Amino acid sequence: MVEFTRLWDVLVVGGGNAALSAAITAARAGASVIVAEHAPKAMRGGNSRHTRNLRALHPKPTDVLTESYLEEEYWDDLLRVTGGRTDEALARMCIRASEHAPGFLRDCGVVFQPSLSGTLSLSRTNAFFLGGGKALVNALYRTAEKLGITILYDTEVQHIAIEEGFAREAIVSWRGFPQRIRAKAVIASAGGFQANREWLREYWGDAADNFQIRGTPYAQGRVLRDMLASGVQEVGDPTQFHAVANDARAPMADGGLAMRLDCVPFSIVVNKDVERFYDEGEDVWPKRYAIWGRLIAQQRDQRAFAITDSQALHNYLPSVFPPMKADSIAQLAVMLDLDPAKLERVVAEYNAAVQPGTFHGNKLDDCRTEGLAIPKSHWARRIDTPPFYGHPLAPGITFTFLGVKVNDRARVMMADGKPSGNIFASGEIMAGNILGQGYLAGFGMTIGTVFGRIAGEEAAKIGRN
Amino acid sequence: MTGTESEATIEARRQMEICNACRYCEGYCAVFPAMTLRREFTTGDLTHLANLCHSCKGCYHACQYAPPHPFGINVPETFATIRAESYAEYAWPQGMGRAFERNGTLVSLAAFLSVTLVLLLTMALQDPAILYTAQTGTGAFFRVIPYWLMVGMASLSFGYALFAMGMGAVRYWRGTAPGAGQKPITAGPVAEAAVDILTLRNLGGGGHGCNDLDDSFAQARRHLHHAMFYGFMMCFAATSVGAFYHHFMGWKSPHAFLSLPVQLGTWGGVLLCIGTAGLLWVKTVTDPGPVAKRLLGGEYAMLALLFLISSTGLLLLAIRHTGAMGVMLAIHLGLVLAFFLVMPYSKMVHGVYRGLALLRNAQEKHK
Ligand SMILES: Cc1cc2nc3c(=O)[nH]c(=O)nc-3n(C[C@H](O)[C@H](O)[C@H](O)COP(=O)(O)OP(=O)(O)OC[C@H]3O[C@@H](n4cnc5c(N)ncnc54)[C@H](O)[C@@H]3O)c2cc1C
Ligand code: SF4
Ligand code: SF4
Repeated sequence: MVEFTRLWDVLVVGGGNAALSAAITAARAGASVIVAEHAPKAMRGGNSRHTRNLRALHPKPTDVLTESYLEEEYWDDLLRVTGGRTDEALARMCIRASEHAPGFLRDCGVVFQPSLSGTLSLSRTNAFFLGGGKALVNALYRTAEKLGITILYDTEVQHIAIEEGFAREAIVSWRGFPQRIRAKAVIASAGGFQANREWLREYWGDAADNFQIRGTPYAQGRVLRDMLASGVQEVGDPTQFHAVANDARAPMADGGLAMRLDCVPFSIVVNKDVERFYDEGEDVWPKRYAIWGRLIAQQRDQRAFAITDSQALHNYLPSVFPPMKADSIAQLAVMLDLDPAKLERVVAEYNAAVQPGTFHGNKLDDCRTEGLAIPKSHWARRIDTPPFYGHPLAPGITFTFLGVKVNDRARVMMADGKPSGNIFASGEIMAGNILGQGYLAGFGMTIGTVFGRIAGEEAAKIGRN
Repeated sequence: MTGTESEATIEARRQMEICNACRYCEGYCAVFPAMTLRREFTTGDLTHLANLCHSCKGCYHACQYAPPHPFGINVPETFATIRAESYAEYAWPQGMGRAFERNGTLVSLAAFLSVTLVLLLTMALQDPAILYTAQTGTGAFFRVIPYWLMVGMASLSFGYALFAMGMGAVRYWRGTAPGAGQKPITAGPVAEAAVDILTLRNLGGGGHGCNDLDDSFAQARRHLHHAMFYGFMMCFAATSVGAFYHHFMGWKSPHAFLSLPVQLGTWGGVLLCIGTAGLLWVKTVTDPGPVAKRLLGGEYAMLALLFLISSTGLLLLAIRHTGAMGVMLAIHLGLVLAFFLVMPYSKMVHGVYRGLALLRNAQEKHK
């Protein structure tokens, strides 16, 4: 039986990587820790359940990372994707601390894949979890249980009572029953609000109904909204989120990574009005991966279609749902419910604009178009070898960027500029401090692990007093 | 390819298409790298992948799409079902595939009948008193069961088992990849497959172990399987050395405890006991999620039969100088007979098909 009457040293809100990194660190520092996870056990772990790697600084090759990846390059990469919308001090602190993140996770039982088998040419910058995020989450929970941490599943934190920057208690719904949890310190690691359609509608209107939520449906942002309403300082742009091009046939939530389509650079992409709307060949896929979700979100009915032919089929990963396949462009258009004459024209115009070049599937090549209003700068090959293929695309949202402001000790900042007495945050709920826009593959898990460990350490200090 | 596909095959294709887009499990075993070589999965491909799977359950516990997720990915369970179907499909002679239905009952029944048969035969052929009096000295065993009968039954049943499994192997090899099956088999892949078989590399999950019981990693199942496998091989070697002694050296059993055949048999028997008992235990306590329940009967029965063979063998050694030896010998040989008879129609064939799957995998890698 759970002791709801007792005073815990640390309450951790959430059950993903950021939460468990914090909980484990606090427990190792001697604090009594309780974790409240909204999901049932089988679906525990939030978005972290769907991840596959984390980005880590390393001065020399390790067994899981090749070559080296140093602070300046890491920082440059971050600067490029965020367009400067980042807190340099926090970001650099996080980058430096990322060196020890794989070791910490390994101590928690997480197994990494040997560096050689890294895919997407990320093996230099990103360490891959063997079996992916769910295996990671399983390992973290096993470690937490061994440390005697109390874990409540099916437990939604609904309200944190904050007085003058100090959290008194949390009101939770425990398996549907109202309960209170009292703790000397609270760590909020409850993720973003991307699964809360009502909230997304505030910025995106009806379009929000067509967004696919790639990760956990439990990311309702209830704790975030509650904290912001209780005088915690806000950070990040509420309209910003990370989104990729998903298969339009993917489930509306929890579809995970396998729903993403990486055929875009090898296709032309049109919207429902059969118009191209962006340079499909702008940059290497991992770098431009994140922009396509937003681009599609801005199209009519949030739909787009990647059109390609048999030449390109083996340049991209197979998709879960088979593409539409036809012997002519017109037939393909009919299958995709597009205007056949117009699609034929768009493809013909594109084909005519393709310049001769040498195709290289995994680096920027010199295959490009000339004379089109919207160019295709790389990997442009004529689409003329049947069968032709069409993948329907929809925006798949990963996470939102609105969050709570923290300092470099993961302490939550109040709207009046003072640090909270006993509230900390880690993970997506505070990622907006560093990611003002854009996204760097593997950085979500890095932020969660780094700030989780700091939050756990700091909260344990308060708890033990 | 066969005309109609089983539900499990259709289900496996659905799952492989998801796995092939996901690929999170690529580091666990040979199945996933082999999967990525394909974009479309024929029945033969799926049979091959299923037989390459060692049921370590790593990919089930790691799967973001495992039940209750609506995608309901459960590779180990589906592959176990396909393996069982492939055993039935490629069994020789053809109609005998039916023997894989209700396999537990069949194996138990065969064991019971052959023990009874051997007991009755001994009683009919020998003076019943011999069964109950202590037999010592050279040729003691053959006074209970005549030499010609022992050798005759053993070589007939074992010879049949080998032939039937060999035919199954050929049928499997052709059926899983009509094209690749015709390719010459070279030394490199054979050596690689042999290492895979002898080390059970694919049950290592990349070195840290498998999910024997739940989502935690362990090497227990691999070690127990090793104990069983090498124990079995040692018992087999014991019999071969014994036969060699008999024919070429003129040394008749029973041999001294410290002699080579008895030592091999003893330690082999001990390992076989530990391995089979341990695997039975793992099967009972493991997380039932990734297990194909329908197949458990046959697996339990085969492990139990092997356990009984090894334990009666050890008991026989312990009491071979007493009056109980006769009955024990008859029981032990009856069980061995049953084992040989059902071998081509039991879980034992997994060794053949998995070996071939590993060979094909090694061939593909060498391409
Ligand atoms: C498909 C996909 C693939 C990704 N791949 C990668 C990758 O490879 N590398 C990478 O770095 N990042 C990746 N990300 C991003 C990454 O998942 C996140 O950045 C990271 O998981 C954030 O961790 P977190 O612990 O903050 O949040 P989460 O893991 O989402 O955890 C939030 C937790 O809070 C719980 N919760 C929510 N509200 C409440 C409440 N009111 N009460 C109690 N509990 C609550 C949720 O149930 C959940 O357990 C991916 C995301 C997705 C969706
Ligand atoms: S078993 Fe699950 S996690 Fe593993 S590759 Fe297949 S779909 Fe992905
Ligand atoms: S159960 Fe183990 S051996 Fe079988 S496919 Fe999954 S990871 Fe590979």
